[in-house]
Amino acid sequence: MGEMFANWHHLSFSGDGWGWNLLRGLSSTVQIAAGAYLLGLTIGLLGALGKINGSRLTQWLLEVYTTLIRAVPELVLILLLYYAGTGLINELLELMGYQPVDISGLVAGIAVLGIVQGAYATEVIRGAMLAVPRGQVEAAQAFGMSGWKVLLRIILPAMLPFALPGLSNLWLIVTKDTALLAVVGFSELAMTTRQAAGATRAYFMFFAVAAGIYLALTLVSNQVFRLLEKRVRRGQPDVN
Amino acid sequence: MSLGAALVHFIRWRYTSGMDTDKSLHRSSAEALVVEGLHKSFGNEEVLRGVSLLANEGDVLSIIGASGSGKSTLLRCINLLEQPSSGEIRIGGEQILFTTRRGHRVPADMKQVQRLRTRLGMVFQSFNLWSHMTVQQNVMEVPRHVLGVSKTEAAERAEHYLNRVGLWDKREQYPAYLSGGQQQRAAIARALAIQPRVMLFDEPTSALDPELVGEVLKVIHDLANEGRTMILVTHEMKFARDVSTQVIFLHQGLVEESGSPRQVFYEPVSDRCRAFVSSIH
Repeated sequence: MGEMFANWHHLSFSGDGWGWNLLRGLSSTVQIAAGAYLLGLTIGLLGALGKINGSRLTQWLLEVYTTLIRAVPELVLILLLYYAGTGLINELLELMGYQPVDISGLVAGIAVLGIVQGAYATEVIRGAMLAVPRGQVEAAQAFGMSGWKVLLRIILPAMLPFALPGLSNLWLIVTKDTALLAVVGFSELAMTTRQAAGATRAYFMFFAVAAGIYLALTLVSNQVFRLLEKRVRRGQPDVN
Repeated sequence: MSLGAALVHFIRWRYTSGMDTDKSLHRSSAEALVVEGLHKSFGNEEVLRGVSLLANEGDVLSIIGASGSGKSTLLRCINLLEQPSSGEIRIGGEQILFTTRRGHRVPADMKQVQRLRTRLGMVFQSFNLWSHMTVQQNVMEVPRHVLGVSKTEAAERAEHYLNRVGLWDKREQYPAYLSGGQQQRAAIARALAIQPRVMLFDEPTSALDPELVGEVLKVIHDLANEGRTMILVTHEMKFARDVSTQVIFLHQGLVEESGSPRQVFYEPVSDRCRAFVSSIH
């Protein structure tokens, strides 16, 4: 056991230590997670609105989207969307007479995970919107609010208490789903850890450190969501 | 002409030709709200079958009737929370425009509807305060974000009307922390703050515990006394008798009896109306 931890120097930020690499990996992980989460929230919001208010066709298309995405394992989706997606874009570019481009791993990662997140977020937000008491919406309409104002000033803030637990789950899931991007060669935290472990043979230490970093990320996130929840539940009395 | 139609014509003629009430002497003749020949169906069920009413400035018009008679639907049709199947609505002399889209009669111009709605202060049975806003924010919301008045003026209105309903000291509270009576008074302040032409009350005390009914009725009574135009759907017969300039008894979607409180409660022409008011008294 002692031997396993006798190689802390591999973590150093100088010389041939892996400190900076791990930090860069963490930074990539957080960037992808944040980007994908924001994209997922945007898709989720539009998806929920479409499912509730959209035309039959919109509703049907959204149903196909949420069903397919939630049915297929995320690893498969990532491989599919990443290779098929970048391939498709380049074919389109060639068709239109442009040079193929090298799509950045960051953008591709955000897009792929965002599309996955969007399917789950659509359902979380749809449920929360339906939980907003109908009377609060009617009151806004009865006082002459336009549809957009009703959405922005009443429905969105009033649905947040119902949506936040589900949305905080989605954030924790996306921080860890970033690790799946290692399969397409993107050097986020998990990939960097594997490289460091392979190069130094300090497998246990590096993976234990990586696990610790994911845990720290989760704990910090929990604190943030706790504060957010307190804020959005300001009008809701405690149950106990 | 059928008997029903004759009755409708008779009642329409009678209540548009001036009523023998004590308060009618004080009211000006400007029309505040007119409903003509309103029909409303839900599927195959016809809830309103041709209702007309007129409220002049300063009128307090109470609508009574058994549950299912169409009272609340009538009120909700006036501000288009329900779309009338046919019939006309005029608010302050301006007629709401309708058109037909995919076989449904819908407002022709939502902007017009939104503008006219700001002249109607609606008070709901279940309060419907916005739960994520404090009492004060609830009262300031529509003046600020729909009517576009300045923040200072919205705050002044909130202070004025919250004082009116005795809730200024609760202004920082969220609705869920208030009693039903306080929530309803806050909802009345919210409606007053838009400075509406007509106040609409949809069974404002039906969701309240009995001991809280009084405080809300008192506020509404004061509003009636200061000459506000109000349409009140209510089960509180004694209250309707005391505050109204005109009472309308709805039965199965039609105006069955209409006139001064004295007439509707003590000398009704219709047997059904007599049976209804005597069962409640």
